[in-house]
Amino acid sequence: CGTHKMNLFQSITSALDNTLASDPTAVIFGEDVAFGGVFRCTVGLRDKYGKDRVFNTPLCEQGIVGFGIGAAVAGATAIAEIQFADYIYPAFDQIVNEAAKYRYRSGNLFDCGSLTIRAPWGCVGHGSLYHSQSPEAFFAHCPGIKVVIPRSPVQAKGLLLSCIADKNPCIFFEPKILYRAAVEQVPEEPYIIPLSQAEILQEGSDVTLVAWGTQIHVMKEVAAMAQEKLGVSCEVIDLQTILPWDTETICKSVVKTGRLLISHEAPITGGFAAEISSTVQEECFLNLEAPISRVCGYDTPFPHIFEPFYIPDKWKCFEAIKKMINY
Amino acid sequence: MCFSQTPEKKRWQQRWFCRYCRQRRRRAAPEGQRLTEGRICAVQGLCWASLGKMLTNISNVLRACAQRNGAAAVVSARTYADFTNEATFEIKKCDTFKLDEGPATQVVMTRDEGLQYYRTMQTMRRMELKADQLYKQKIIRGFCHLYDGQEACAVGIEAAINLSDHLITAYRAHGYTYTRGGTVKKIMAELTGRRGGIAKGKGGSMHMYCKHFYGGNGIVGAQVPLGAGVALACKYQGNSELCVCLYGDGAANQGQIFETYNMAALWKLPVIFICENNGYGMGTSVERAAASTDYFKRGEFIPGVRVDGMDVLCVREASRFAADYCRSGKGPILMELQTYRYHGHSMSDPGVSYRTREEIQEVRSKSDPISMLKDRMLSNNMASVEELKEIDVEVRKEIEDAAQFATTDPEPPLEDLCNHIFHNNPPLEVRGTNPWSKLKSVS
Repeated sequence: CGTHKMNLFQSITSALDNTLASDPTAVIFGEDVAFGGVFRCTVGLRDKYGKDRVFNTPLCEQGIVGFGIGAAVAGATAIAEIQFADYIYPAFDQIVNEAAKYRYRSGNLFDCGSLTIRAPWGCVGHGSLYHSQSPEAFFAHCPGIKVVIPRSPVQAKGLLLSCIADKNPCIFFEPKILYRAAVEQVPEEPYIIPLSQAEILQEGSDVTLVAWGTQIHVMKEVAAMAQEKLGVSCEVIDLQTILPWDTETICKSVVKTGRLLISHEAPITGGFAAEISSTVQEECFLNLEAPISRVCGYDTPFPHIFEPFYIPDKWKCFEAIKKMINY
Repeated sequence: MCFSQTPEKKRWQQRWFCRYCRQRRRRAAPEGQRLTEGRICAVQGLCWASLGKMLTNISNVLRACAQRNGAAAVVSARTYADFTNEATFEIKKCDTFKLDEGPATQVVMTRDEGLQYYRTMQTMRRMELKADQLYKQKIIRGFCHLYDGQEACAVGIEAAINLSDHLITAYRAHGYTYTRGGTVKKIMAELTGRRGGIAKGKGGSMHMYCKHFYGGNGIVGAQVPLGAGVALACKYQGNSELCVCLYGDGAANQGQIFETYNMAALWKLPVIFICENNGYGMGTSVERAAASTDYFKRGEFIPGVRVDGMDVLCVREASRFAADYCRSGKGPILMELQTYRYHGHSMSDPGVSYRTREEIQEVRSKSDPISMLKDRMLSNNMASVEELKEIDVEVRKEIEDAAQFATTDPEPPLEDLCNHIFHNNPPLEVRGTNPWSKLKSVS
């Protein structure tokens, strides 16, 4: 009992270990999960729980998710891994048309709530077009599923366990750049962090900064910079659950501060910041001191060599705060 | 190795090995006279025939240099054609599926063809090894999937089709980019992401393109329906071209492949489906991923051939057979090339966690495509060791120059970030990170 120093992939392994131990119907499958996975998230699980509970699938994303939906409908706790979020598109039809609508179309007779899909997500410094994408916005448009993105090992384990326990199909995106980089003291026992609750990391009074995943760490730096250089007090909020998202926390915060900055790596047009922006202006129009600022990726495919220029780094966010303060 | 210079030695002892052709030569010097440096036969321990060859090679190199510099050829060639110009080889019989006859088992290769295959394969091998080196030095970043071990596939296929035919493959594309007409310089510059790269530095390792070569595709299996579409265009335009559509053993389990088989067979498209089976889909061996590892039979209603992908002549014959089949309007055909990759799946994969080093060594020593070709040529007296070594030296230099270029060429200009998203008539404004700074896309 107690905590253990773990990085992100180890905390995922710990969460999966807890699940396989407590739930006899839990199965983990995906490409290359048997030897431990390309990001070492499932190391040791096959040896511990057997090859009928942790097994490899062939290279077929649509098949993996479809298969997962079926297993979940029949009662198993299915945890499917898609090797990179960039490869989730062949399974898009299964997720949007099957998984999300199962309960609705059967009048609650059937559901695939025990399905969880995990995928590495986000930019990694050298991923280029097909190893760096952040597709949360595509899934945010689909009622019936939940989309969750952790920012650190402690959050990851809690949120993943919540997703698995949740009686709705969930997609859990894991920021791949943090797999080794983020290290924290993580409890070994299972614990859950409730879904659809945003977390306020740092209280402030002048600007609200909203982000998720890797970008939260950028936001924390920006908040420090703003405090130091502009004397601006920033409230940093981690959205955690993209769908359904915690409108209350964000709106309350904007009512307090009057300014909102949302940041994500995905392209700006149609990115999830647009949804937050739209809702906040509806709810808090008269409280806004400045237009809501979105600092996101450019509307281009994720570039190969231009990545440092493309991502919304702390300087761009800082610039946006300056403009908002001086509006 | 040593030639006698003392007249005291008996005539029969005046025997030595020519350093070029390694043949034993007898120098019949008159009694009492010794071999001196001035006698041309004794220069560098060469026999007459080898001296001739040496001169030929020097003249070729000089002529090549002269052509590059635009000057006239200064040395004329003296060919002491001591080599066989062509030889017949027995190759492995291919397994067939739904075919009455298979590719030929007796093939002819000429000396020129052999040298060209050797040079191409050696260039590809060196290029991949250089890419490995540059990746480890972090000059190449991102994902880099190397092709060494599989050279015979690319060279064999290209030898059987024309440059006017079309080819599309997955991400292990450096070899095909070269055989389809890309230069080593442009390929390496694309790997390092510089403006001299074949895709202007915007694509990287997995996205290289050139004329009639459609890449270079990252998403596994996604290129196969594309290949069928290209074949449809060929059929529609009636230009007797075909499309070679490659994928791996991992991709063979993707749904889109089967959708494509159906469309191609239904509409009799001139497409050659080629499964490059290197035994492992990333880290998963074929036995653990596929219900049927007879990839050449997976087409079910499409005839198939299984080919030894480590033998360039085997691949060439089978590709010729397949190309003839397609061009005669009979529809698609499926080829499985049994090959092997020495490196791991990509540079991030050591390649030994799912297979043993002994296995890799065994394949390298027994079935390496370049060694096989070299042995064939040497044992049939189609080339000499020195000649092949010279090709190696030239190839090495070419790769060094290309690596130098790839390292020093500047990166593409920042404006390129937003170019080529859409087809633009008036320049398009691209929104981005900051609402007040919009970039212009002017492609």
